[in-house]
Amino acid sequence: MTTDNGFWATRRLVLQGAGLVALAGFGNIAFEAAPAQAAVSDKYPAKAFTLKGDDTAIKALYGKTVEVSDKVSLDAPEIAENGAVVPISATTTLPNVTSISFMVSENPNALAAYYRIPEGTMPEVANRLKMAKTTKVTAIVEAGGKLYSATKEVKVTIGGCGG
Amino acid sequence: MASTIRVRAVSSGEVTEVQALIQHPMDSGYVKDSHGKIIPPHYIQQLTFEHSGKNVLVANWGPAVSKDPYIKFSFKGAKKGDDLKISWVDNKGQTDSTTAKIH
Repeated sequence: MTTDNGFWATRRLVLQGAGLVALAGFGNIAFEAAPAQAAVSDKYPAKAFTLKGDDTAIKALYGKTVEVSDKVSLDAPEIAENGAVVPISATTTLPNVTSISFMVSENPNALAAYYRIPEGTMPEVANRLKMAKTTKVTAIVEAGGKLYSATKEVKVTIGGCGG
Repeated sequence: MASTIRVRAVSSGEVTEVQALIQHPMDSGYVKDSHGKIIPPHYIQQLTFEHSGKNVLVANWGPAVSKDPYIKFSFKGAKKGDDLKISWVDNKGQTDSTTAKIH
């Protein structure tokens, strides 16, 4: 469904000589990407959204390991009264950021959102996520081709899955 | 048909801050209705913000994004009066888009 969008968006990037491809270190655009390349195209990473557990989702989305960094700031409430709407945001001082994602460890599917940050866009994003129960939340920033994260625990009083 | 997308884009110096609120159930597929029947998943998968023919943000969402999703981000390179195009597509293939002026 989004394959065509991904294809043409990628084409547009090539034609505009966008720095994104250079930043990612890939000389060519691969349309049917290997898992590690899925993180640098505009194609919707459907598989990554179905996986349980942070590690499996990270592997599917990026194919790389993550290191904790104090240069990633994650804003999350200590206690979320309503697990259906938890305001979460992240920002970073790292340069050359190409994406930011959020993992909610205890959700049935760990990956909640994955933002592609083109050159010229600030490396920060605010959104609202559902949390099934008390959980760790992790923001993962992809910068210069490497992954950096920050994690917080959010206590959830009323679960966000409608239960 | 009225757009599901409400957006405010404000330019200050070289940075434009964008806030968007979108009407969408974002059903996860894990919730049952009052008859005990699962409400099928229905959620936005991709939300794209475009300025001057270039994507300034691509949001890939799963069902864990809250109902009537909100997003805030900022980007450089736009000025007051420019257009910002926002479009989304959900897991059922439904779409909506709108163009807003940057203030």
